[in-house]
Amino acid sequence: MAHESHEQVDAVTGVTTTGHTWDDIQELNNPLPRWWLWTFYLTIFWSVLYAIAYPAIPLVSSYTKGVLGWQSREAVEVDLAALKQQRSGMTAKLAASSLDEIKQDPEMFAFARAQGKASFGDNCAPCHGAGGAGAKGYPNLNDDDWLWGGSLAQVEHTIRYGARSTSDKGHSGTMPAFGRDGMLKREEISHVADYVRSLSGLPTDKTADLNAGAKVYADNCAACHGDKGQGMQELGAPNLSDKIWLFGSEKATIVEGLNNGRGGVMPTWHGRLDDTTIKALTLYVHSLGGDQRP
Amino acid sequence: MADAPLTHPHGAAASDEAAPLYAPRKQIYPQAVKGRYRTIKWVVLAITLGIYYFLPFIRWDRGPNAPDQAILVDLANGRFYFFFIEIWPQEVYYLTGLLVLAALALFLMNAVAGRVWCGYLCPQTVWTDLFYAVERWIEGDRRDRMRKDQQKLTLKTAGQKGLKHFIWLMIAWWTGGAWVLYFADAPTLVYELATLQAPFLAYVWIGILTFTTYTLAGFMREQVCTYMCPWPRIQAALTDEYALNVTYRYDRGEPRGSVKKNEVLKLQGLPAGDCIDCNQCVNVCPTGVDIRKGLQLDCIQCGLCMDACDNVMDKIGRPQGLIAYDTDMNVKARMEGRPEVRRIVRARTLFYAGIIALVGAIMITSLALRQNIYLSVMHDRNPLFVRLSDGSIRNGFTIRVANKHLDERRYALTVEGLIDAKIDIIGGELDQQGRAIVTVGPDQTLEARVLVTDTASAASSSTDLQFILTDLSNGDKAATSDHFKAP
Repeated sequence: MAHESHEQVDAVTGVTTTGHTWDDIQELNNPLPRWWLWTFYLTIFWSVLYAIAYPAIPLVSSYTKGVLGWQSREAVEVDLAALKQQRSGMTAKLAASSLDEIKQDPEMFAFARAQGKASFGDNCAPCHGAGGAGAKGYPNLNDDDWLWGGSLAQVEHTIRYGARSTSDKGHSGTMPAFGRDGMLKREEISHVADYVRSLSGLPTDKTADLNAGAKVYADNCAACHGDKGQGMQELGAPNLSDKIWLFGSEKATIVEGLNNGRGGVMPTWHGRLDDTTIKALTLYVHSLGGDQRP
Repeated sequence: MADAPLTHPHGAAASDEAAPLYAPRKQIYPQAVKGRYRTIKWVVLAITLGIYYFLPFIRWDRGPNAPDQAILVDLANGRFYFFFIEIWPQEVYYLTGLLVLAALALFLMNAVAGRVWCGYLCPQTVWTDLFYAVERWIEGDRRDRMRKDQQKLTLKTAGQKGLKHFIWLMIAWWTGGAWVLYFADAPTLVYELATLQAPFLAYVWIGILTFTTYTLAGFMREQVCTYMCPWPRIQAALTDEYALNVTYRYDRGEPRGSVKKNEVLKLQGLPAGDCIDCNQCVNVCPTGVDIRKGLQLDCIQCGLCMDACDNVMDKIGRPQGLIAYDTDMNVKARMEGRPEVRRIVRARTLFYAGIIALVGAIMITSLALRQNIYLSVMHDRNPLFVRLSDGSIRNGFTIRVANKHLDERRYALTVEGLIDAKIDIIGGELDQQGRAIVTVGPDQTLEARVLVTDTASAASSSTDLQFILTDLSNGDKAATSDHFKAP
């Protein structure tokens, strides 16, 4: 602490120097006020207390826990509980109201869509996409074509019990493997694939025998897909006369379906998501393009 | 140390080490003074504190759906009310504009007359001034206070000190109390505070501001200006030689000497100044500087030394203004027999005034022209478009409509840009002309989903689309452009 040449005073400023000189530049001693220094010591003392009280020092595979036992995870849980509490009034209102009642009430409807959107991201987006755009084999929820029906009640039933799922209340009905199981011959499948394309106005091969295809269709397909290819929602049989193709409209894709059958699975969410969440999801999905509004 | 009396409560005891790590606090005992600048400071103090303490109680009728407090920061509902102006969170740029104006006003003040802000207007100066007034009223003027602090603590001085701190704490508490009134309905909150029913947070904020006011104005005082505040440093870099400053006119004052001695010298034709070295300018200074050493960082330019010096000059029959608003440049000019230069109107002040006028004009124009109808449209990211069963293409949009009126409004939404578009809305309704109708509550926003279908199937991969929102009650319109996406 003691420096030899404290007595030196800088001629220009009249301030004492610390005695440190670099290239003839002297360091002036303009000390800090005492309270400043004490504040500095206080912060050091505080940091020691803090390190003892709270999680602070990283160890090889863990860290010091602190004597207060505070954890950031618990703080998050407190925040989440507070959020749940804040939403509880609205959640209770959703639980007590029917889907139609919620849709009529702008405030409840907005709340349900917001909650449904969050829940959709957590549970549905892996297959249906972040905005419900779908993918090959996974329906686009934004369009007006609903395999199992697009009304609020139908959408809720599909979400709750699924399709070809483990729930016995779920939708059932599959596209048989006509080729693999030997029900149709190779050329019959080719004819009927051409015929199916013609139902929605798609161009067909010059060699296509549409009459033969129509006969195969009437004998094998019309029972589920309807005489004009209009589909049947009770069985999840797609409308073959519209412009929307779940797997694709190429002849090869249609032939593949005829050969091996189709049967994508929508899981059951009953018991995995609570009733309010399922209601919110229903209203959100329905709002994407719900009902059948051409 | 055990029997050392508690005479230096603020740490005035200096230790005389050769090179202390710290600078001991020099306790300052400013002396009372009367005069022109003191009067200005009292008036400014009364006006600024009056505004601060009583503004929340002013009422301003806005109708049934809005608070009737003239100035209110409504954090819960995200609104700021300022008399006839209501600011929403997304209009925070008005606050930015206000801050820009405040900074420029500070620069302009500095260009005209130095640290006017520090000396007269800064809250630190105003509250410290008020606390000094209380101290002087209870413990007496400079000499009394110095004597009491040097003597042993008597029951009487202890009582005086106790009373002083009590009044300081009351003022500090009221300062904190007034602060929270800007964030809630003032009369209601006063009642709740008095009956201990106010929100916990209100008490916390009152506690924080009581503590800071008491500490900064009662103890830290001039140290805030010399050690904590960045403005003195910035000010020194921004100023120029034309800016008026509280200046000791050493051309007139030096060499110093007693009244009689200097009069004798003058008669003999020898150099003699008007400064009689009475030290009154130092005694009245709230930051304890000697203005005769020239411009310095510690000087807040409150003008009290000018009052003190003028009083002395009056008594000894010499003209006032030995310490006055002047410039070093002019002091030198007079010494060298050159003419003085006073240039309030110069490039720097004109520039600041011009920018203030420009920013002010922009803010007033945008305030006057801002609409009470607001529409934002966001195109769905995924999917960008969707093919419907009949082959037509549909785009989804999320719209938000803000109604800044204080009554419920109905709006009609239409689109332009497509040959034949069909609009559909979720969270609203359709009228017979196919327009989407949304109803938005007073001072609220509403989000809805809008589906636009290109029924003519004529859209290219990206078509410009205009969304037009019409207020059905008065025909006001807001428009936003977006795009219609197709394969």
